[in-house]
Amino acid sequence: MLLIHCPHCREDREEEEFHYSGEAHIVRPLEPENLSDEEWGDYLFFRKNPRGIHHEMWHHTAGCGRYFYATRNTVSYQILETYMVGEKPQHTADSAGASQ
Amino acid sequence: MKRYSGFSLFKNALSYHENWQKIWRSPKPKSDYDVIVVGGGGHGLATAYYLAKVHGITNVAVIEKGYLGGGNTARNTTIIRSNYLWDEAAQLYELSLKLWEGLSQELNYNVMFSQRGVLNLGHNLQDMRDIERRVNANRLNGIDGEVVTPERVKEIAPLINISRDCRYPILGASWQPRGGTARHDAVAWGYARGADALGVDLIQETEVTGIRRKNGAVVGVETTQGFIGARKVACVTAGNSGVVAAMAGLRLPVESRPLQALVSEPVKPCLDTVVMSNAVHGYISQSDKGDLVIGAGVDGYNGYGQRGSFHVIEHTLQAICELFPAFSRVRMNRQWGGVVDTCPDACPIISKTSVDGLYFNCGWGTGGFKATPGSGYVFADTVANDRPHPLAAAFNIDRFNTGALIDEHGAAGVAH
Ligand SMILES: Cc1cc2nc3c(=O)[nH]c(=O)nc-3n(C[C@H](O)[C@H](O)[C@H](O)COP(=O)(O)OP(=O)(O)OC[C@H]3O[C@@H](n4cnc5c(N)ncnc54)[C@H](O)[C@@H]3O)c2cc1C
Ligand SMILES: [Zn+2]
Repeated sequence: MLLIHCPHCREDREEEEFHYSGEAHIVRPLEPENLSDEEWGDYLFFRKNPRGIHHEMWHHTAGCGRYFYATRNTVSYQILETYMVGEKPQHTADSAGASQ
Repeated sequence: MKRYSGFSLFKNALSYHENWQKIWRSPKPKSDYDVIVVGGGGHGLATAYYLAKVHGITNVAVIEKGYLGGGNTARNTTIIRSNYLWDEAAQLYELSLKLWEGLSQELNYNVMFSQRGVLNLGHNLQDMRDIERRVNANRLNGIDGEVVTPERVKEIAPLINISRDCRYPILGASWQPRGGTARHDAVAWGYARGADALGVDLIQETEVTGIRRKNGAVVGVETTQGFIGARKVACVTAGNSGVVAAMAGLRLPVESRPLQALVSEPVKPCLDTVVMSNAVHGYISQSDKGDLVIGAGVDGYNGYGQRGSFHVIEHTLQAICELFPAFSRVRMNRQWGGVVDTCPDACPIISKTSVDGLYFNCGWGTGGFKATPGSGYVFADTVANDRPHPLAAAFNIDRFNTGALIDEHGAAGVAH
């Protein structure tokens, strides 16, 4: 069971209150009609899926109902930080030193 | 390879079973191979076996970072069925089921394949409509299946609760009598023994750490035992496929997630079939040893930790106890997780890549054990001939760019 800090509620809450919503910082193409099949497929289906540091989006479904970002280690499951959408992460694979 | 038989069992009994031959060699890796298979799970070992057996390619090594069959092959709940909705998936899984039917004889190794049948329960009207559609599609594809009533479900699995006054009453089910279970280790060991006897080198405790390329073509792999050359490299690394693909600068449309299972204390025989329910999410069978084997849903987040969240198994057990009230008093013995590689359309990738001589077979997600023989068979053919086997063509990685997905998510009824 993960204990997740919601940056909106400023509280640590149980994982069951949250819903994982995939990789963070994916930017929706501004002109989808101009994308090649290659680029559109990439945007829809290809994700980083790293073994190590991952930036991801969570939804506080059973709490405030808002989205936020988290930096989590996908091997130890340790959550290094949670932060607001629009902000940059403090911890990255480079800063952690280990990409694992 | 010495064949197993009633006679060999008798003969070895006379020396207290102390003189059985080693089941495979443990060779030092050669400096190069025609084909290197990365990943010694069931799929990788089956691939190596069929490369040698069907295509006569015997200068092959299987490189496994841990021990053979210690990945998802060792962790799964061994449900086997072929009642998938779409033609492409149905044909692939049915090829596999047909191979299962003769596998113990083919390998001279008892894989304990037991065709005890598989029930997929429906709990609401939409479930029942989907079940009817799927069973019809199955029959058009020559796959056995029937839609059955709650009363028939009760005949097949007498301990099940078919009363109407529960939260998710059972309205019916699909029934595939040819489905069932097999012994997970035996499949890996049987293929390993068969491949070894044909000359394949099984290299354990050796991790592939890099994929060396020259002019856009693969030339070998870096490993914890040094560089090993190869004309072709076939990757079958399940949950770690994304990590291995990155070694060749490739990306895959897979995400790796924990999937959990658990077993109870052994109890007297009480369930001689496989019962699955997608709506309440639980599936259960009873092993030959007597333990109830229960599978949970996939965890919500990506992870490589081979463990999942407690509330996920708690949720599954709630479903199991509602389906089988008598099991509420059974104690659970062990629980574990595996890392499954799921594709957006819940179908595998069996494909060449943009690097010459590099192939991937992955994305089987939560349901690839049943496909072990068929997956190895079509992948060996794809690698040997450097073009997709006809049944593998639809599972090309290109589909995520062309849009020709094979959406087996809800359609196949269940996740495993
Ligand atoms: C809990 C659970 C329940 C399941 N239930 C079912 C079920 O009921 N029915 C069903 O059909 N399927 C089920 N599955 C799915 C099934 O287990 C998998 O789809 C299938 O076993 C995959 O087989 P594999 O041989 O590809 O993978 P694995 O057995 O995982 O083999 C991959 C191997 O690659 C090795 N490897 C990885 N990286 C490297 C590297 N860099 N170098 C060398 N070796 C490497 C790993 O150590 C591993 O041994 C379940 C899975 C889980 C986790
Ligand atoms: Zn919140």
